[in-house]
Amino acid sequence: MSTFSYFPHTEDDIKEMLQRIGVSSLDDLYSDVPAEFIFKGQYDLPDAMSEQQIREHFAALDRRNTKLKIFAGAGAYDHYTPSVVPYLAARSEFSTAYTPYQAEISQGTLRYIFEYQSMICELTGMEISNASMYDGPTAAAEAMFMAMACTKKKTRVLLSDTLLPNVRRVVETYAGFHGVQLGSIAQKDGQTSLESLKAELAAGDVAGIIVPAVNRFGIVEDFTGFAEAVHEAKAIVVEYCDPSALAVIRTPGEWGFDVAVGDGQSLGLPLNFGGPYVGFMACSKEHVRKLPGRIVGQTEDAAGRRCFVLTLQAREQHIRREKATSNICSNESLMALYVTIYLSLMGPEGMRKVNSLSSCGAHYLHDELLATGKFEEVFDKPYIKEFVLRPLVPVEKLQQALLDAGYFGALATEEGYVSFCVTEKRTKAEIDGLVAVVKGL
Amino acid sequence: MKYYDKLIFELSKKGRTGFSLPENEFCASRNGGVKPAGCLCKALPDNLRRSSDLRLPEVGEVDVVRHYTNLSQMNFGVDTGFYPLGSCTMKYNPKINEEVASMPGLAALHPLQPESTVQGALEVYYNMEKALAAITGMSGFTFNPCAGAHGELTGLMIMRKYHLLRGDLKRNKVIVPDSAHGTNPASAAVCGLDVVVVKSNADGLVDVADLKPLLGDDIAGIMMTNPNTLGLFEREIGEIAKLVHECGGLLYYDGANMNPLLGVVRPGDMGFDIMHLNLHKTFSTPHGGGGPGAGPVGVAARLEHCLPCPRVIREEDGTFTVLHGSEESAGYVSGFMGNFGIILRAYAYILSLGHQNLLLAGKYATISANYIKESLKDCYKLPIPSICKHEFVFDGLINDGAHDDVPGATTLDVAKRLLDFGFHAPTIYFPLLFHQTIMIEPTETESKETIDSFIEVMRKIAAEAAEDPMLLKAAPHNAPISRPDETRAARQPILKYWDA
Repeated sequence: MSTFSYFPHTEDDIKEMLQRIGVSSLDDLYSDVPAEFIFKGQYDLPDAMSEQQIREHFAALDRRNTKLKIFAGAGAYDHYTPSVVPYLAARSEFSTAYTPYQAEISQGTLRYIFEYQSMICELTGMEISNASMYDGPTAAAEAMFMAMACTKKKTRVLLSDTLLPNVRRVVETYAGFHGVQLGSIAQKDGQTSLESLKAELAAGDVAGIIVPAVNRFGIVEDFTGFAEAVHEAKAIVVEYCDPSALAVIRTPGEWGFDVAVGDGQSLGLPLNFGGPYVGFMACSKEHVRKLPGRIVGQTEDAAGRRCFVLTLQAREQHIRREKATSNICSNESLMALYVTIYLSLMGPEGMRKVNSLSSCGAHYLHDELLATGKFEEVFDKPYIKEFVLRPLVPVEKLQQALLDAGYFGALATEEGYVSFCVTEKRTKAEIDGLVAVVKGL
Repeated sequence: MKYYDKLIFELSKKGRTGFSLPENEFCASRNGGVKPAGCLCKALPDNLRRSSDLRLPEVGEVDVVRHYTNLSQMNFGVDTGFYPLGSCTMKYNPKINEEVASMPGLAALHPLQPESTVQGALEVYYNMEKALAAITGMSGFTFNPCAGAHGELTGLMIMRKYHLLRGDLKRNKVIVPDSAHGTNPASAAVCGLDVVVVKSNADGLVDVADLKPLLGDDIAGIMMTNPNTLGLFEREIGEIAKLVHECGGLLYYDGANMNPLLGVVRPGDMGFDIMHLNLHKTFSTPHGGGGPGAGPVGVAARLEHCLPCPRVIREEDGTFTVLHGSEESAGYVSGFMGNFGIILRAYAYILSLGHQNLLLAGKYATISANYIKESLKDCYKLPIPSICKHEFVFDGLINDGAHDDVPGATTLDVAKRLLDFGFHAPTIYFPLLFHQTIMIEPTETESKETIDSFIEVMRKIAAEAAEDPMLLKAAPHNAPISRPDETRAARQPILKYWDA
């Protein structure tokens, strides 16, 4: 017997249920388990806590973290989350539902996923989006498999040296176990080199390439000539995108690319110490049969009413089992809802404004930092909210000074540059404060 | 639930906005009329700028709130009613968990913040690792996988890495029972392993005689869920573990069915070397309409060096640090350290359980499943009558009402009719061992009254089927929509707003 609020069983309930089952105790329900496997020790767990104790426990944990002004990006961006987003997404009809297997009582989930797919297509300029993936890096790994599936009998996928390190590492892990050969496309002046790409393509056997729209230096890359070169080699181009920036920069669709992936975190998701985020994945019509994950489509019910269902399921793991090219059997539905509500609130104007505010703040910080004389310019390339500089002071000293003053920025790159990121949340006063710390070094 | 037929795009009106952003402090009016350097028209050259329209909806805040509230009212969740979806463990999602997971301090942490500034967050990982190890009998855990299937893939990567590090290079096959979740073989294929299927015997358990000839020096391991997808405990697991270990293979535990073992049996004690847990099943975090979940992977001590990076460790002085790249690690499986927000919720649940309530969770899930099974077996075919664990399967109606030209009611029809009575349907047509599978999992958080009313409705539906199967075939009658035309959805795909 328990007085635990999540377990409704009373003593009488248990007695009646045991009686119908025809056994005499709860332990009898485990008579099919060999005795040696019944755990007889004491579980090494704390005593059960009341709600109030749990609240206090978490408050104490929270106090051991330091609240900082975020001037860092590198795949996780501190954009503003409107209050409406978590408020609506917390509605338990959304959050406590599962995958919409029973379409008749899941039209809420199915409709917002359809809206999400539409918005992702619109941002990326691609024709078809799936219902979302775990996160950006795993979506990139799935795109690598997609390249292999779209171009049979080839064994190599090329990664640009300008991809974020956490994207590269995940793709490398998946590739290693699956037996995909990875090659690199070198960077020149902070941008994926077309020359290097052409040399790699000439070496042959390339199924696809993965390049970033906005790269690990914050640079908005110029892909003139890329689609032509790659398609001529009968390979596909996957672009790893910051979807927030896609509101203002040339889209993968406009570049003539085949697949767009990335992390939807920059579309209104809290930083959450790295997750949950939401990967997105969209492609041109030609490749839809190789697109992994759930897809929602529109249809009609028996009475002719518009409705939505999971569709094109013949691609998926539960049908194809070991012949599947992906094992994903869910999506990050609730985070896709975050994205959908965020983009509904922002609209085209809000998205332009977020980018413009971030860009103005970032360029202001960039110029002010250079003016302190403690940094040098590395690349003269277009960027929006993130950029790198070469520090003329020791990196650790710089990082510690910023931290001591409550700023988190100056992430070191493998080349020894430091990166800064400014979103619309950073005020001029905060930026000036950070610059003052640097001046004092 | 009422039918509501709008899409957000249809509420759009040019010029309407739903955002609230600060003024641009860097802009012209404050800057003597000079455009700031970051102005997008200056920052981005023409050929790098988006030229196509951005057709996002232009709607007000009130439009957004009403639209998504209306959508939510066409949805059924655990908070709406009983959700006996087999293998998905749709238990109650406690609200205190939601509250603590959205504490502003925790939700605002950047994943790359220095360790000294996130000691509280790192402690959550450490405490969770200890708690899950205690519950499962494993030694160490990674929290980086974002879902159950992601955990399976990660677990298999660890399995392969372990063999490779030992120079045992031939092991490229993994054994999967024919009753396994569809993700098992798919995960194996993605991990570069060939799948060998082992058959079930007449009792629905792994056939040890069929297993023996499959074992050899090319076997990386076996993937099992115990209890299996029929809800039956694999009694011969001791013998299976011995055989697989003797051939040099490892045992992988698919934790999707861990719920009935909570507080009773630990996978580590059964001989499993690697396992994943679905925090969104066993540890009460909301399923979110399909995610986000979390699929932490646990390993026995001899495999700990193969766990993915990054990983939280506790230093001797009690501080927490994050371990990065190591040659022996299986690698990186997600962008940062998994779904922190979900891990927080599961942690809160474990604190509320404590060791006391843990002892009851599995047993209560099991008693409820057996009670339903015994209460309905005179109306629905019970292919395997033995004691079940947290779930069990029926193989359709005993009397489906077929007569003359009238076809009998199927499992699909029963499922759809259940919706009319305010219940979610069970899992249907899985596992594939039977033709009319109905897989029922009640969980430990449902009261006897709820379960009794479900039983009553299931009996009523069985009676309806016997009398008038067409009534079931036309169901649901009370849902926001009737059955959708799935063939049409696949043949004439409309996958975004502008396709229609």
